[in-house]
This record gives sequence, structure tokens and C-alpha cells, in this order.
Amino acid sequence: MPAPMRLRDRVAHWRVWPMLWKEFVQMRRDRLTFAMIVGFPALQLALFGYAIQTDIRHQPLVVLDESRTSESRALVATFVNSGSFDHAGNVYSRAEAQDAIELGRAKAALVIPPDFMHDVKRGRTAEAQVLVNAADPQTSAAALAGAQLAGAARAQQLLGPLGTRRLPVEVSVRPWYNPAQRSAVFIVPGVIGILLTLTLTLITSTAIVRERERGTLEQLIVTPMGKTSLMLGKLVPFVLVGYVQMTVVILLGKWLFDMPIHGSIALLYLAAVSFIFASLGVGLLISTLARTQAQAMQLSFFFIMPNILLSGYVFPREAMPLPAQWFGAILPLTHFLKVIRRILLMGTGPGQIWREGLLMAGIATVLVYVSVTRFSKTIE
Amino acid sequence: MTAAAPPDTRTTVRTVGLRKLFGDLVAVDTLDLEIRRGEVFGLLGPNGSGKTTTIRMLCGLLQPTSGSASVVGFDVGTEPERIRANIGYMSQRFGLYDDLTVAENLRFYASVYGLIGKERTARLTAHMSDLGLTPRAHQLAGTLSGGWKQRLALACATAHRPLMLFLDEPTAGVDPAARRAFWASIYDLAAAGTTILVTTHYMDEAEQCQRLGFLSRGHLIALGTPADITKQFGVTRVEEVFIELQRRDEGTT
Repeated sequence: MPAPMRLRDRVAHWRVWPMLWKEFVQMRRDRLTFAMIVGFPALQLALFGYAIQTDIRHQPLVVLDESRTSESRALVATFVNSGSFDHAGNVYSRAEAQDAIELGRAKAALVIPPDFMHDVKRGRTAEAQVLVNAADPQTSAAALAGAQLAGAARAQQLLGPLGTRRLPVEVSVRPWYNPAQRSAVFIVPGVIGILLTLTLTLITSTAIVRERERGTLEQLIVTPMGKTSLMLGKLVPFVLVGYVQMTVVILLGKWLFDMPIHGSIALLYLAAVSFIFASLGVGLLISTLARTQAQAMQLSFFFIMPNILLSGYVFPREAMPLPAQWFGAILPLTHFLKVIRRILLMGTGPGQIWREGLLMAGIATVLVYVSVTRFSKTIE
Repeated sequence: MTAAAPPDTRTTVRTVGLRKLFGDLVAVDTLDLEIRRGEVFGLLGPNGSGKTTTIRMLCGLLQPTSGSASVVGFDVGTEPERIRANIGYMSQRFGLYDDLTVAENLRFYASVYGLIGKERTARLTAHMSDLGLTPRAHQLAGTLSGGWKQRLALACATAHRPLMLFLDEPTAGVDPAARRAFWASIYDLAAAGTTILVTTHYMDEAEQCQRLGFLSRGHLIALGTPADITKQFGVTRVEEVFIELQRRDEGTT
């Protein structure tokens, strides 16, 4: 019988620290990849975010101000501040306003009657008129909505100092969560999820295959390091990468697209850990299937398509046939989109997202378990 | 860093009827082999004769189809992890990380084998100095020439003082001066009690082994010291044995 082994030999299979150390040294040295990991999502977010904006903003607006009072100027300021309109100059008659619209110099004209301020002070409903070029239904709908909202905004401001009287301007549209109805607000959290899924799956799936291609995996397999250490050592550094990516994209979303952050960022980061692990798990599973880095990339992109189509990123899941909904439910992104939209846009707390968090953790556990089991410490 | 001594101090490797099939192809057929402790054993044979497959089975990289093998006193089928802690393995691909420095590669592999802290620092400082790697400590492995890569790979495979060292064509693509230096290191290791199994295509290297085994189509067809074997075949050099065997091999088809 062999003599008893020393303790260090017995725990030999648990060697995750050397692996982690090595991965971080390699990551630090490979600055280009790291820059791509961070820069790529930033660039994509800018492209996607701008391209996918379906709403129309900053339409040129001419103003026919017959009131010329502080009140009329305040209304114009509200229109401009809403972001829906840009002040494209003043006109001095209705005919001039009509010319501006017909010549394309303006999409809309705001007409403020002479007694506008007088009506406001008297507590009567002051009526301002917006003339919209209705030739393009999409832009006119946007202009109409923008005008109504700007009016409502001014009415809200006036209600305070004037007390509860009749509304200075009548309002009928009042959407929640996205008052300006900007699609970017809805799209940006989705883009965050898509980008994390894509990059995390891709970098993990190629990471192990790269070691296989370079011959270092064979060398690692003959060491006493266990396969769990090997896999975790590969995985954990990318969790940090995932958080860096998420932070970059959220900051950009906020700066570039005024994406609101109504809920707790801490809660979002907590919930994201299960999503990041699940995405890495997919990459890990791919790396046990692919023999070359090219194969790993192909499989990763193959995995991305259903995520874009079935997760509820663009198309509402409620409208899909049931099998598509079931399939969507096994994608980590489907659950993460609910979590991130609820936290960022609706400001919900842990009570409304724990189910999704658990589901993602479950998916992550299954994926990592299957990958570690599939990965055999032989080279056949 | 050597762990428990093997139960039989004279034999480090013992295979009994070791066999490996890849589908219908017999890669290694009923191999019976014993390698004594501290011996430098050369495994020779044409490409595809089963040398690499044999080494991979002994290292636990491949599961034998049938038969059994023990390395440093542990069974390859049931105790591969114990074997791994006590062997070193160097393949012709070297298994180095190009984007780590010489010192970092060594540090990584040493810690994977459980060397840590001051013990590791002391061991690696001495080890690098022994192999002449100290001046290159902070050079990236990817920028080393073939000879230096080979030296680093040997250093990585031996930092944990393995009882048994497997070298699979370790000198492929390396210049003669580096090969000579490499063999000097091999003899140093053997003198210190390390058992060495080496495969090679260089006959001058084969003649430096204490014993040789010739593989042909998965069969062990000759075994003995270089002198025994050349006498058995009535020739003067190992190379002639090799050519004769390959001729017979082709003749049987």
C-alpha cells in the first residue's frame, strides 16, 4: 500500500487560486482584448441605441407669440425643454407660420393668442394652438404627442402657484415610466442584456478552446488540478469583466440616452450575478463542445439569435406562440430583461424580481454543472 | 516535493497487457513493460507506432481499453490524480503560456502542483539558476527561441521534483547545442533518482538511453540496452536497427 499522502497532495485537486492568478496576469497583458471587451459594447450601445430610436425628437418649431408676456415665453421654454421641439424662430402672422411649415423650415407652429396670460391669471383655460404638418403621419403623431405633453408639463407647473383651479391647458395623454415616450428608454436596458449575453458567451467559449488549441490544456490535464478548479478559475475573472461591461453600458445609457435609473443599482448588481454566471455557463458549455476557436465563435453566435428574437428584447413575448414562449423561458436573458427593466424603469424592489433571480441562478447552476461533468480530464 | 515513496522501489512503471483501441485501430497492443527507478528509458518507433498513446495512458490523459498499468505505485485507471501529483510531463508542444513570462510560467505550474509561499520562491530561484533560466526570468515565453522554450518546459515539468518524468519528443525542432544541454539536464535528473521515459526520433539521443524499447504498430518488438539491441540485429548502430525494423514493418503488409 502506498504511504499516506501529505495533506497538500490530498487537496491537490482544489487549485483554483493559481488558475485565477494566471488568468488575471494574462488579462492584464492582453490589453487589446480587454479594451475590446469594454469598448465593443460601448460602441454597439451607441449604434443600437441611436439606430433603434423610433421616435422623432427635436422637430423645428416656429412660434407666433401674440401675447408676448412672461407666461407665453414660459410656454415656449417648456416646449423646447421637452426635447420634442427646437425653437426655429419667431413668425408674426398665421400666413408666415403656414409658409414656414410648407417650406419645410418648421414641422410645427405654436400659436399663442394675445389674451393667453390674461386667461391664465383669471383662471380660465388659456388655449394655445399647435399647427402640425400632418403630411408625415409618424412625425406629426410625434409632434402632436410632444405638444400635448409640453402643454401638460406647463399646466403642472402652473397648478402649483395658482392653486387647484381649472387646468390652464387641457391634457389627455399621460404615459407612465417613459413620459416622453422615447423608445431608447425601453431599448437601452435590452441592449445591455444582449451585449452582456453576446460578449460573455463569446469570451468564455473561446477561453478553454484556446488552451486546447495551444496545447496548454493537455499540460493542465496532467497536473493534479481538478476540473472544477480549472473551470472556476476560467469563469470567475469573467464575472468581473461582466460587471465592468455592465457599468460601462449603464453609464453610457444614462449619458447618451438619458436612461432613467429609478431603482436601486445595488439590487441590479446583486441580481446580475446570476445572469452573468448563466451567460458564462453557456460559454463554458460551448467550450466543451467546440474543438476550435472558430467553432466556439460560430456556436456562440448561433446562441445569440434566439436571444434577440425570443427574449422579449424587441418582440413582446406575450404575442408569441406558446412553444416560443417556453423556449424563451430557458434563456437567461429573458429573465434578466424583466429584472433590469423593472429596476431601472419602474424602480421596483427585491419583492418583484426575486423569482427571476432564482430562475437565472437555477439555469446557471445547471449549465455549470453540465459543463464540468461533460469536461473530462482526458483528451479523447 | 516528492510525495510517498512507491511500494516497489525498484519499479516505477509496470504495464500488463496494456491495450488501446481507437475504433478499429489498435494503437497499442498488449504492452508488457517495466521501467526501473532512476532509469532513462527510450521509447522508439516510427510515427503512429503508439509511443505517444502509451505515454498518454501512463499520464492518465487516455483511458486504456484493457490491461493495466501502474506508475509510481498507483494504478492509472483508479488513482490517476495520485499519479499526476508525482509525475512531470513535457510534450513536443511544450504547453507554455506565450503571454506569461518565464518566471510566471514557472510560478503557475509550481503552484498548480501545490508549491506555495517561501518554499516556492526558494525552489524556483534555485531551479531557474540550475537550468540557466535566471537571465531570462522576465522575458515573455512567446518570444523565446525553441531551445529556451524547451528548457523552460523542462523546468515547468520538474519544479515539483516529480518521481517520474515523461518526455514526448522533447527535442523536436531544437538545435544540436540545445539538445546536448537538454540531455545533460536529463542525466542530472536521473542521477537524482528521477525515472525518465523519453521518446525521440534522434538516434544519437536513443544511444544515450540506458534501455530502449522499439514499438511497431503498437507492438513492443525489441527491448534492451542499445548494445543488446544492436547485437541482436547484427548491426553497429541503433539507427540501422530502426531502419531494419521499419523495412520489416512495411514488408508485412
